[in-house]
Amino acid sequence: MPAERVVRGVRKVGATTLAILQRLGFATRFFAAVVWHSPQAFRRLQLTLREIYFAGVLSLVIILVSGMFVGMVLALQGYDVLNRYGANDSLGILVALSLVRELGPVVAGLLFASRAGSAITAEIGLMKATDQLAAMEMMAVDPLARVVAPRFWGGIVSMPLLAALFSTLGVFGAWLVGVKLIGLDNGAFWGNMQAAVDFREDIVNGFIKSVVFGVIVSLIAVFEGYDAKPTAEGVSSATTRTVVESALTILAADFVLTVFMFRGVGV
Amino acid sequence: MKTAPSPAAATFDTRCANAVELSGVTFGYDRRTILKGIDMTIPRGKVVAIMGGSGCGKTTILRLIGGSLRPRSGRIVVAGQSVPQLDRDGLYALRRRIGMLFQFGALFTDLTVFENVAFPMREHTDLPDEAIRDLVLMKLNAVGLRGAAQLKPAELSGGMGRRVALARAVALDPMLVMYDEPFAGLDPISLGVVGQLIRRMNDALGITSIVVTHDVYESLKIVDHLYFVSEGRIVAGGTPDEVRASSDPFVRQFLDGAPDGPVPFHYAARPLEQEFVRAR
Repeated sequence: MPAERVVRGVRKVGATTLAILQRLGFATRFFAAVVWHSPQAFRRLQLTLREIYFAGVLSLVIILVSGMFVGMVLALQGYDVLNRYGANDSLGILVALSLVRELGPVVAGLLFASRAGSAITAEIGLMKATDQLAAMEMMAVDPLARVVAPRFWGGIVSMPLLAALFSTLGVFGAWLVGVKLIGLDNGAFWGNMQAAVDFREDIVNGFIKSVVFGVIVSLIAVFEGYDAKPTAEGVSSATTRTVVESALTILAADFVLTVFMFRGVGV
Repeated sequence: MKTAPSPAAATFDTRCANAVELSGVTFGYDRRTILKGIDMTIPRGKVVAIMGGSGCGKTTILRLIGGSLRPRSGRIVVAGQSVPQLDRDGLYALRRRIGMLFQFGALFTDLTVFENVAFPMREHTDLPDEAIRDLVLMKLNAVGLRGAAQLKPAELSGGMGRRVALARAVALDPMLVMYDEPFAGLDPISLGVVGQLIRRMNDALGITSIVVTHDVYESLKIVDHLYFVSEGRIVAGGTPDEVRASSDPFVRQFLDGAPDGPVPFHYAARPLEQEFVRAR
């Protein structure tokens, strides 16, 4: 019966939409609850510092090494193009602007999601699966305040710092390739970069992006962990969801933010 | 948020002789009914076992008493307070006086044994570090694990983990301790040790204990009263001696471990003939 199939199809779309809306609603309430419980994360600063260590310090290796390689590749590719127009001296500008405006926040965000976000989700999910969160609640300790809020803020604090380090190492990598390997002029490399990179337009905007991505990754990571099914498959699929959702949300948010920050042609 | 534990926190509301009272408690998820009218009294100072097969709603009873779940109907009174009517602060205040040992311990895997036991003290008291240290080592000594204070939960055997969880459950000198399957997966020696500890802690600290378990022989050795739960109802109960002498078919099946009886061997299915004999 075709009519029956249509009805079933419509019903399925409706059910899926409702499920998505319900989850979004739950995520929003969860976000509000985490913010509500955040004062404790600051009052007991050592809890948040510990999470900054786990999310931030332990992500340093992957962020620094990736930043360096991205900068080196950018220098090689950029030199190849710029050389055709005799604009070698602009290599520093190209690399610095790409990193500070886009690649720093975005790539650091993606790496942060896969290194720290997944770890946060897995940890909270496993704590749930092994009844640690329930035990905490039975001890009259709110897991949102004790477990979730410190991880949330630890991620938000770590992310902009990691993005800044990513960009810094990227510029350093580009300098190694451009100046030390290819032999561009050292003064032109730095001088042009300094002249072209604007603090408000470039650095602050990049910083804003990295903060937003930090909030996105941290929120998705703690939410997916807290919402994970308390089983092995549940935790593993929650971890996967954290990485996929973070990546998609970062890229979409990057586009939206860039549209708002876009000032037309010309630097 | 922090408050020093008042001396009264460890004692009962003297007006009530029963630590826990349940009357006509029903509970279910959506269309599935799990508890169909539970009446139960847990007198203070006693060790009471709630027994039944897996999935019969035993753990649900504990979660109702602890306020993690709300009943559909019925009364749940703990130390004179009606649990379903408590707001969040009231519930948290009550929970500070209740210890709970989860199945498999639920120790915090990122903390040492010492920090696990210290956790409730650090969260709820302003005691100085030296006082917490002494208290934690005393609690650990009581369960025989003072020497394991600096180990991580992953380095403990199942029985040791259960004992640490027990020390943590009594860290704030509660009035009531609930044990969810404390014997599950333990070797006979650890099982005996944990059983004796439950009894000793109960008597030494003057607390009340509820033990949810399906280990009937260990329970008979240590408890004052047993309730048998099946399909959401209390089907039998009594003191260990009464239970041993019982001729109730459910209790007999439970004690003898018979595969078939009031608890059927087969999961509900359509009749065998219909399954295999096809209509021609």
